[in-house]
Amino acid sequence: MIENVKELLKAHEGIIREVYLDIENSSMVPKEIVEAMLPYFNQRAYGNPTLTHKPGWEAFETIMESAQKIANFIGCKTLEEVNFTPGETEANNLAILGTALQMKEKGKKIVISEIEPLSVMHVAEMLTKHGFSVTKVPVNSEGFINLEKLKETVDSETVIASFSMVNHEIGTIQPIKEAVEIVKDKNQEAIFHTDASDAYGKIKLDVQKLDADLVTISSYKILGPRGVGALYVKEDTKIERIIEGQIGTQKLWPGIENTPLIVGFAKASELAFQNFEDNVNHMRRLRDMLINGIFEKISDVRLNGPKNEKRAPDNVNISFLRCEGEALTIELSLSGVYVSSGSACTRRLLQPSHVLIAIGRIFEEAHGSILMKVTRYHKDEDINHVLEVMPKAVERLRGITGSTGVG
Amino acid sequence: MSRAPLPYSQKILDLFRNPKNLGKMEDATVSAVAGNPACGDMITFYLKINDQDVIEKASFESYGCAANIATSSIVTEKVKGMKLEDAWKITWKSIAEEIGGLPAVKFHCGILAVGALRRAIRTYYKNKQATPEWLPKDQTFEEKQALEEEELAKILSKKMKMAEEK
Repeated sequence: MIENVKELLKAHEGIIREVYLDIENSSMVPKEIVEAMLPYFNQRAYGNPTLTHKPGWEAFETIMESAQKIANFIGCKTLEEVNFTPGETEANNLAILGTALQMKEKGKKIVISEIEPLSVMHVAEMLTKHGFSVTKVPVNSEGFINLEKLKETVDSETVIASFSMVNHEIGTIQPIKEAVEIVKDKNQEAIFHTDASDAYGKIKLDVQKLDADLVTISSYKILGPRGVGALYVKEDTKIERIIEGQIGTQKLWPGIENTPLIVGFAKASELAFQNFEDNVNHMRRLRDMLINGIFEKISDVRLNGPKNEKRAPDNVNISFLRCEGEALTIELSLSGVYVSSGSACTRRLLQPSHVLIAIGRIFEEAHGSILMKVTRYHKDEDINHVLEVMPKAVERLRGITGSTGVG
Repeated sequence: MSRAPLPYSQKILDLFRNPKNLGKMEDATVSAVAGNPACGDMITFYLKINDQDVIEKASFESYGCAANIATSSIVTEKVKGMKLEDAWKITWKSIAEEIGGLPAVKFHCGILAVGALRRAIRTYYKNKQATPEWLPKDQTFEEKQALEEEELAKILSKKMKMAEEK
């Protein structure tokens, strides 16, 4: 297997321009963020932040200052509302499972949408084995949750409602404030959680104005290091820990704090929020340049998710009919363009993306879908390179498809 | 987002980049379209068969992943000049081996390629209204896995619906 991978990598030799657009699944960490992290591995603050020596106090100071920065960016009341976790998967699990454990005497109903990320969906489904029920609110063809259905669904039994602020695959910006109001109006005690991993650093996010109880944010999606994320827990909101061990500065996540990663997360946040408007406008311009370019140059394509202001500034998700998605990711990779697909072929369970199914895409549309996200680091030349490579790749694969195909 | 790691072999990559015997065959004796219920990939096989039941040439089209394209390509190369009886005996395991191994999650691609070939052979004899002794009466595992277009579409829409309800 490893030999095969070496050969695959060798096939990429000679690539001159590389454009990485698979921010959904992992990201490059820019040099300035890595440099900010480096001193914290071995020069300072490498101690345990709960212990009584200089490297420990340094770590304590560093973690608190990082939390304060992030708390400021999302409008927290106190820095204690920012709880670091090892990532967004863990933060989402903590939110759902931690609330269910805390509230199990009050009710057994969990309300989510059909298009939540698996770290929300799977933990909610897991809880059905323990007496909870999960109701999935449907979405329309652009991925917007049906607020009327939400109103009908939330009741006195509901303990938690969880909806992503921005959908991770199709970039739908949900009317999340209205969703919070509906949930709280129907049941004041129900906890509202939102996974804001794809919103943080990309659209305006003020936790106090939003009035959600729990908010997940992620480091790698704003180009910080993987292995760190955070759950905002509103002051006085109580949830249980889901793993146990030595509690340090993070009351909801035991174990020794990873100071360099937390520093990287804070630095990535600073860079995302410094010149926020410029960054967002840049991403939005490149996003539209990519979408419009593909529509101009390639026939039989479909945009998945909404357009313009209702779409996350970085998200591009397009289905190429008569062109299988996994084959397209490989073809593009060999030309230095790195993307992912919602095709069944790329998944262990061989089922197409549940998000694309939920918005009513037919099999062939999901089978040929490609997800891309642009960042503030991408340049016009990068997008032009993608637009040069993509039509050739799609054309070649459509040539292989020929007259074959479901549709 | 559960994704399978796919360390495709060099051979698969080569055939994906330069598939052999690609395209519709205008003078084909028989063709068969078959799809895989596991992932929705589809292939069309075209065979030109002579009076002695020997495959003179074979070609394919594929709406599928790199493994699907590569396994289809290799089957078309392998059967050229073969008697139908011998072509029938090709196993998906031998195809997988020849291609430098398939990742487990892609075994069905090899099964589909062999299943589609067998469906084409069966159709040929059906059209000819002949039943050679060596041809199994019942569909083999590979043929059952390789579904006809309509059947596949039905299964896929059912699968999508199930996923939706889940």
